[in-house]
Amino acid sequence: MTELLIALAIGTLTACGLYLMLRRRSFPVILGLSLLSYAVNLFLFASGRLAPGQPPIIGASAAPTDPLPQALVLTAIVISFGMTAVLALLSLGAYLTTGDDRTDTDDAA
Amino acid sequence: MTPLLIAPVVLPAVVAALTLLARHNLALQRSASLLTSAALLALAVALIGQANLGPQPYFLGNWPAPFGIVLVLDRLSALMLTLTAALALIVLIHVITTGWDKRGHHFHTLFLFQLMGLNGAFLTADAFNLFVFFEVLLIASYGLMVHGGGAARLRAGGQYVAFNLLGSTLFLFALATIYAVTGTLNMADLAQKLALLPPADHALIRVAAVLLMLVFAIKAALVPLQFWLPGTYANAPGPVAALFAVMTKVGAYALLRFGTLVFPPTLPATGSLIADLLHPAALLTMAVGAIGVLGATHLPRQIAFAAIGSMGVLLLAVSAFAPTSTTAGLYYLLHSTLATAALFLIADLARSHRGGAIAALFMAAAVAMVGLPPLSGFIGKLLLLDALRAPLPWLAILLSSLLTMIGFVRTGSALFWHPQAQPEAAKTNPPATTLIATAFCLIALAALTLFAGPLTAWLAQVAQDLHHPNAYIAANGVGS
Repeated sequence: MTELLIALAIGTLTACGLYLMLRRRSFPVILGLSLLSYAVNLFLFASGRLAPGQPPIIGASAAPTDPLPQALVLTAIVISFGMTAVLALLSLGAYLTTGDDRTDTDDAA
Repeated sequence: MTPLLIAPVVLPAVVAALTLLARHNLALQRSASLLTSAALLALAVALIGQANLGPQPYFLGNWPAPFGIVLVLDRLSALMLTLTAALALIVLIHVITTGWDKRGHHFHTLFLFQLMGLNGAFLTADAFNLFVFFEVLLIASYGLMVHGGGAARLRAGGQYVAFNLLGSTLFLFALATIYAVTGTLNMADLAQKLALLPPADHALIRVAAVLLMLVFAIKAALVPLQFWLPGTYANAPGPVAALFAVMTKVGAYALLRFGTLVFPPTLPATGSLIADLLHPAALLTMAVGAIGVLGATHLPRQIAFAAIGSMGVLLLAVSAFAPTSTTAGLYYLLHSTLATAALFLIADLARSHRGGAIAALFMAAAVAMVGLPPLSGFIGKLLLLDALRAPLPWLAILLSSLLTMIGFVRTGSALFWHPQAQPEAAKTNPPATTLIATAFCLIALAALTLFAGPLTAWLAQVAQDLHHPNAYIAANGVGS
């Protein structure tokens, strides 16, 4: 049951994230990227198999959880947090200099 | 295990932090980053000597692989480190002589962090660590891309960041799938575990392999994932675009590394899957590049499309996954990085000066880029034609070269020959010091041509190492 819930959550987050990323304004794009990064963080977390209530130490229980995906998720969270902040600032800069938050560029220029 | 191996990552990181402290003293920042780049070049040349003795590991924190992170230096890593350091030095000279670093904040800090990320990506033997170094080089490149500001640049920068963030997410999905199947992310360990994979897991690993290739294809600007490149390169500051010439090569490096070590054509799970996908994409990339060069109305945009075309040629060589074509590809990689950089530096100068000296430099760089004799582009393409004896690659290489040549001839005559269209002030030459960097670039191209014989002999050894990765795997010390 937990597996199904996690899988559905990842799928919904990814679908919403991708949909929002394809918008023409930068605010939904940033939201979409955030949702995508939540989805991938959950996915990374689940890659070590779900073992609720078990310690991450071999020998302490019959089926210990894998500690490495948790470390990977921490790294991924920090990186995606920083990157989203950079993108938000860039978009804010573009919005303040040009007066609108379109994400497309004028390719002739 | 030699501590020298970690120096290309640690040195720029430390100096970058120090340049932040000296942010009100441009002269100090400039000398710090010049000295660091020169030291990195010397270090890279020393590391080539080390790599010739066989792959060398560096275990971070002395943790054994696959539990800790390992850096492994082999001939290919040493080659890429040298190319990066040489290009960095050239770009830095251009930046300092033209004063680009005065037009915004923290240029040198970002530049050094970018070098740290590039060097780390070339050295690491751990797939997750590769992701981390990708992020380091990307976040520095975001800052460099919008250096100097301006509406068009900020908007193009936003697109570039969004595209690459999507790439990073895909990278994590791929890595998580690989970890879920194999339980390791050390590249050498993966190579051994994947070979023994039960057939039930083959489908998952194929999905992960294709996802990973997609990520590297985004970096390498392979069609249909090239859309971020023209806008980014054309709107980035000239010298930054020149430095970015090595960024697409990171993608090519990763494709080559994973395609020979982790997912070699002999692996039962993936087989020729990667080559089958890369080959047509590379041919299309050459076509899109050539047509873009013909259609571009601005010089930086035209060079960006020429860069896409050259990535097509390079990845065509990579997609054959054979020692002779890899040798040709590596030679072309060195050449196309320097030629693209030279053209971007010239385009930067040609914004305000279109005198005889600039015209001559443009012609030399364009000749190199197109692949006409006598410069190294010709030798690179000749080596590749010799390695890939099939009608379609020949047709694609020759036709795209012809179209690229027509495009550059038209630009050259419109920019430098059309006397009535030029304001009088534009027909001057820039100060001689600003030409030094471009001259170095062209000298390097000439050196590639002159020493093509010994160089390709050494590159053949690099290709042999790649296609027989046993020594690389053994250097990691992972049990079989």
